[in-house]
Amino acid sequence: MMKKIVAITGSLLIAGLFSSTAFAQGSGAGRFRGFEEQGGEALYKGICQGCHMPNAQGAVGAGMYPALAKNPKLEVAGYPIAVVVNGQKAMPAFGSMLSDQQIADVINYVRTHFGNNYKDAVKPADVKAAR
Amino acid sequence: MSRRSLFKMIGMAAGSAAMYQAMTDLGFAGESGYSGPVNLQGDPKGASVLILGAGLAGLTAALELSRAGYKVQVLEYQHKAGGRNISIRGGDTVNELGGFTQHCQFDPGFYVNPGPMRIPYHHVALLDYCKRLNVVLESFSIINYNAMIHNTKAFGGKPRRYREVESDFRGHVSELLAKCTSQGKLDQAVTKDDADMLMTALRSWGALDKNYEYKKSGNVSNHRGYDVDPGGGLSWQPTDSEPMTMSELLQSQLWSGLLTGHEYEYQMTMFQPVGGMDRISAGFVRALPPDMIKYNCKVTEVKQDAKGVAVSYVDTQKGGAVQTATANWCVNTIPTTILSQVPMQIGAPLKNAINSLSYSAGFKAGLQMKRRWWEDDYRIYGGISYTDQPIALISYPSTQYMTEKKGVILGAYTFGPHAFELTSMTPEERMAKCIEYGANIHPEYRTEFETGVSVGWHRMPFTLGCFAQWSEDNRAKNYDALCAIDGRMVLAGEHASHLGAWQEGAIVSALDAIKRLHQRVMTA
Repeated sequence: MMKKIVAITGSLLIAGLFSSTAFAQGSGAGRFRGFEEQGGEALYKGICQGCHMPNAQGAVGAGMYPALAKNPKLEVAGYPIAVVVNGQKAMPAFGSMLSDQQIADVINYVRTHFGNNYKDAVKPADVKAAR
Repeated sequence: MSRRSLFKMIGMAAGSAAMYQAMTDLGFAGESGYSGPVNLQGDPKGASVLILGAGLAGLTAALELSRAGYKVQVLEYQHKAGGRNISIRGGDTVNELGGFTQHCQFDPGFYVNPGPMRIPYHHVALLDYCKRLNVVLESFSIINYNAMIHNTKAFGGKPRRYREVESDFRGHVSELLAKCTSQGKLDQAVTKDDADMLMTALRSWGALDKNYEYKKSGNVSNHRGYDVDPGGGLSWQPTDSEPMTMSELLQSQLWSGLLTGHEYEYQMTMFQPVGGMDRISAGFVRALPPDMIKYNCKVTEVKQDAKGVAVSYVDTQKGGAVQTATANWCVNTIPTTILSQVPMQIGAPLKNAINSLSYSAGFKAGLQMKRRWWEDDYRIYGGISYTDQPIALISYPSTQYMTEKKGVILGAYTFGPHAFELTSMTPEERMAKCIEYGANIHPEYRTEFETGVSVGWHRMPFTLGCFAQWSEDNRAKNYDALCAIDGRMVLAGEHASHLGAWQEGAIVSALDAIKRLHQRVMTA
């Protein structure tokens, strides 16, 4: 399992840190902790808004974080599913840290908030199929 | 003749392999491939190099290439050099993406290192630069036997001292192994002689009694500490402490807080620069010709042809038209989170490699306390306490014991999901969380906290993340392409190293990149 953690994190630096906090997981050393938030809003506020910002307007520095507000790329649900599960460029892959239900919930939240109004809800099975 | 000049002479006469062999024979070079200052031999005949980014990789390249005779210019996005090699002090402003601003209000002399904070003794290239650049180092305490290991779900949420956990784990494991050995259960694995010696070793190593049991005694207290320490004269008497039972200890999972400090990257002695980690980048800047670094430059495009590179950039302070810098060659140290968004004339292998990387989340917070209660009340002098809470650890200052009334502790250092969560909060929310969690180990947080500052690395405008996250699969697929020279450009930085997230990685990556670039120039 520890090997897997190293692979996931890809860094010797944090291998040490995970091993020292492994007891956090409550189910044995080296078990990778996922996110505990449930529901689209809690997940968005707990994860996504770190980069995409509380108003989903994104941000611009030396590079940029795209706005999710009024984003036409969200129209086809398969796109955000693939990006959240597998990552894309600077966007980390969250597939190993979130359940199918959590990913479906957060995508449904973003697709129906911030000026987006896509009615076709993503189901956990859709996420599973994309893994 | 000094040993150093002897090595240099051997190096010049017989090449670096011979020098390395000579150094190894004399017990010097050690395990690192770094064998001393880079020696770029030959005249580059006025060739120019444009360096993108003034972090440690860019600064290393700038220093060595300019010394080798190249015309060097550096473009840096920020208003200062150093990249992730930073320290935050009172009076500093931390501007985050999203418009969140923190004004650090630490007292004079205090700082927090929100990026790298410790240097292993075997990061010899970085240590060599510290020496050459007159950056004075001091010890960073990594293991403190009197610091805490804490699990909210064990021992009623009460922390245990590192020495208690360490001694009890060692003792119980030794007792178990001694039982197996004496019952002949290891006969397949060890000879009779080895079994005898193992019993002797376990008794000593585990503080076992004559029956090979780990239980309350003066000897055990001499390992895990006493309930009452020995005193003098007719005063107090030593009182032995009661070890945790093996089952309590195992189920508490506190043992998993023992590992850091034993791994190669964290073994003592570790170092930190006196006065803050950014003394290193300041040392590089001092050693560079003035005006070599142009600040506030946001790179917007990289073009190249058979003769050189042309880099477009905008001045983030003055604005105005897009400007262009040209050179024969380019060392590009911009993090790949940003590079993947910059149009560049590069081949598909490099483009794919850049696009394959995302950056780990990382979070740190520094908290100034009105008094040094960890020293006065807990007798914790430096070192680190670990917790299962989202802050992951508390690192106490390694210096200024007894001398200052106040102090700044590192109140959080976390990666993974907790780092994403803490990054997602406002600076005020984060600090409230750091105090809430910290107070579960040290209630003094509630009354003694004064002011704090935090960094969630995904909100830092110049990196968009903490460090490049390589999986083993992706490294096998894309690492070589990321490091290869593409036309007139080569990448460097921790992301182009096997020492991800470490400053040493940035430096040895840069040294390797400029050596290969120089070779290309000399044979062109």
